[in-house]
Amino acid sequence: MSTVETTYTKADFQSDAETRWCPGCGDYAILAAVQGFMPELGIPPEQIVFVSGIGCAGRFSYYMDTYGMHGIHGRGPALATGLATAREDLSIWVVTGDGDALSIGGNHLIHALRRNVPVNILLFNNQIYGLTKGQASPTSERGKVTKSTPFGSSDAPFNPVSLALGADASFVARTLDKDKKHLAATLRAAAAHPGASLVEIYQNCPVFNDGAFAELTDKDHAALNQIRLVAGEPVVFGPEDRRRAVVHGADGDLAIVDLAAADEASIVVHDPTRENPALAFALSRLASHPDGPTPIGVFRDVERHVYASDTPPPAVPSAEQLDGLLHAGDTWTVA
Amino acid sequence: MSMVEGRPKRQEVRERVVVRFAGDSGDGMQLAGDRFTAATAAFGNDLATLPDFPAEIRAPAGTIGGVSAFQIHFASRDILTPGDRPNVLVAMNPAALRANLGLLDRGATIILNEDAFTVRAIQKAGYTSNPLEDDSLDAFAVKRVPMTSLTQAAVEALEDVTTRDAQKSRNVFALGLISWLYDRPLDHTEAWIEEKFAKKPHVAAANVAALRAGWSFGETSELIDVQVSVPAATDVPPGTYRNVNGTQTTALGLIAASTASGLPLVLGAYPITPASELLHELSRHAKLGVRTVQAEDEIAAASIALGAAFGGSLGVTSTSGPGMDLKTETIGLAVMLELPMIIIDVQRAGPSTGLPTKTEQSDLLQALHGRHGESPIPVVAASTPGQCFDAALEAARIAIRYRTPVILLTDLFLANSSEPWKIPDVGELPGIDPHLRTKPSGPDEPFLPYSRDDDLARAWAIPGTPGLQHRIGGLEKADLTGAISYEGPNHQRMTDLRAAKVAGIEVPDVEVHGDEDATLLVLGWGSSRGAIRAGARRARESGAKVATAHLHNLNPLPENLGDVLRSYDRVLLPEMNCGQLAMVLRAKYLVDIESYSRVEGRPLFAPEIEQAILERTS
Repeated sequence: MSTVETTYTKADFQSDAETRWCPGCGDYAILAAVQGFMPELGIPPEQIVFVSGIGCAGRFSYYMDTYGMHGIHGRGPALATGLATAREDLSIWVVTGDGDALSIGGNHLIHALRRNVPVNILLFNNQIYGLTKGQASPTSERGKVTKSTPFGSSDAPFNPVSLALGADASFVARTLDKDKKHLAATLRAAAAHPGASLVEIYQNCPVFNDGAFAELTDKDHAALNQIRLVAGEPVVFGPEDRRRAVVHGADGDLAIVDLAAADEASIVVHDPTRENPALAFALSRLASHPDGPTPIGVFRDVERHVYASDTPPPAVPSAEQLDGLLHAGDTWTVA
Repeated sequence: MSMVEGRPKRQEVRERVVVRFAGDSGDGMQLAGDRFTAATAAFGNDLATLPDFPAEIRAPAGTIGGVSAFQIHFASRDILTPGDRPNVLVAMNPAALRANLGLLDRGATIILNEDAFTVRAIQKAGYTSNPLEDDSLDAFAVKRVPMTSLTQAAVEALEDVTTRDAQKSRNVFALGLISWLYDRPLDHTEAWIEEKFAKKPHVAAANVAALRAGWSFGETSELIDVQVSVPAATDVPPGTYRNVNGTQTTALGLIAASTASGLPLVLGAYPITPASELLHELSRHAKLGVRTVQAEDEIAAASIALGAAFGGSLGVTSTSGPGMDLKTETIGLAVMLELPMIIIDVQRAGPSTGLPTKTEQSDLLQALHGRHGESPIPVVAASTPGQCFDAALEAARIAIRYRTPVILLTDLFLANSSEPWKIPDVGELPGIDPHLRTKPSGPDEPFLPYSRDDDLARAWAIPGTPGLQHRIGGLEKADLTGAISYEGPNHQRMTDLRAAKVAGIEVPDVEVHGDEDATLLVLGWGSSRGAIRAGARRARESGAKVATAHLHNLNPLPENLGDVLRSYDRVLLPEMNCGQLAMVLRAKYLVDIESYSRVEGRPLFAPEIEQAILERTS
């Protein structure tokens, strides 16, 4: 029997479910990018599973013509861990949001990263609770006025990239819903990574938090504020690459300086494969919030022990094995 | 070996004996009890055991709170409970004596470690005067044995043995003494010691010396003048047996279900007393393909089981009371997804942290109803340590056949206590066909994940199956397609379907035992089976007419249950809760069921059931 190499198209990954996000939602762009990217994997749709939690992002799994499970709030990484435990042959993707992943599901996220479970986690960060109609989220900035924080949020936000690096994630990246090319490249890198990958996607919520990332995505500001991390390249950005990240001070902190003020020797050269996550962490702290220069790209991409990679997949004991087990230890026979 | 040259000891034959080993939690009482049990099982007695230990790993030494005990009931006829009142109490220190004295009837034998009765230890146990010197033990046959110094003397000549090794061998001395008293051969225990301490020969030597010293003391000392023999049981059905506790059989039942269904077993669990033992037990069988995941929390443990089930495994999660609270959300999702999943609740006394090392059956209503929305799920309860095997298989059969989460209720008493178990014939175990969909039903025919068979079980296709890609989730499903639906009439239909599916699960009829002309039925569920049967047997010996029945399926209930209940003048329902099943049955069958309720952190005892029966039959 000859084998026919099947090639897939974007249409093979589009389910017939009607998409129900608000007009203009950043989720549409992400969905299109993911559906457009999937054929590149060369993996049949039936070998792919999307697991999602609750929130606007949670609907994502219904729109992919793969296997999918729309789970419960925050538990996506735990459900996916169970699936990955049972099935090492699948390509598993988790879609989550800032509330889902970092608030109610924070524990599951850090443990999936700690264990390095082979799943790709796409964290749609819009810095607001959208589905519940506009409360502050764990990534909302201090002082943010929302329905649940009428006098401004007093809580400090998480930086998801810092959090993931702190959990020793082996792959951490950040990308933008509005940059199709960068988004696809980041998905590609995540898919190629063995073990857990966390991709934070800045995603605009046009209804409850419109323009949260305008400083990064608007034409006028993008060039000023996007710090594109490129492996092997010095971390420089801005018009004519006149701004650069330099090591600043003895504690390894980074600072952004102008060309004129930069000591060329202290310019950071990006290397996501560094075992030590300190520099990646320092890069993540360059911007605690996207209202100024903010790094996007792959912060860390290292190989370390992948969850369950040293144990065979679960199997069914044979009748003989079961019989041996039942008779283990001291037995006696009554005639 | 029951004769001392020239000085025969009196021999006594008894049908049944209850021995209780008690000491500090660091004294090795569980080990001594466990080894005595193994020797007794191998000897051919029927037996039942009850370990009883404190929640603290090492409570302050010598205090009442730190007392750990192990009780074994063994007999030459079939027995149903670990026994109620010990014939012999082995007390390794004053606290162990004081904590357990109340369990003894007049005339019971107390064998105590005399060396441990120092002024300080006596005070620490809360005594105001020395019980060996006042009259508080007059009602008992007290045997004062200087176990510490005798053990020390027995091992001091050995090489490399420290005082500490000698101290740690006291329990084995006590074991040797009790082995002599009940005429148990030592070879079985010695072989175990040699194997256990193979890498520490000096420890093995110390233990063997202590064991033999205990035996010799019994044989030669005039202090103990009678040797008791309990002949091997003769009314035991033919077969191969082993001694098991409920944790082991639950694990074996789950593994058997994996073999029977062809679905790999994946357990998600978070450490919690007393369910951790099941995680430990299943973790040992990784080489057979059993996969265990120690999750970050109870929620993840349940989610891992459900995620694995989605992938086509037999997903299991195990816990105890507080963990059930946390798993509830995931169980609700499993109801909606209609995927097989087994949730094992090894019940302990609640609420909240409650009494973590004491037994109870108070999670029944939670199992039946403790979820938001209309979310009926099957509930199975195990009744004896051996029966946990069947209960686990039954839970798996229902879960896989009907695509539903199933709660399996055991309890701390079942998990820890042991009995001889007839090993089932693998060839006779029922098969469980998961009926996985493997291909589309026709060209261009869409897969309908919520289409159903005659038993209302939905079509199940697992990831990796070409052409059957589909999405499921916690939002209400449209009938047949499984698409999201917010339509009211569809919600009504799906609610009805889920309820009808569970209500229609085939479960065996409840069996009634006992007198045909009885007017009183004693109904039970869970681990009270032994106490109820034994209590009824004793009541019958006093002339009472009584019938008993025991439920293993709590949802759905056996179809004949209503008729059975209505055919008796009185129905008594003993439970280790405040009448939970009684409430359910009264509501469902409108039968005036009387509740017998105890929540004292202990199993129900046969004498109290006997008493309750006699009060209602005479």
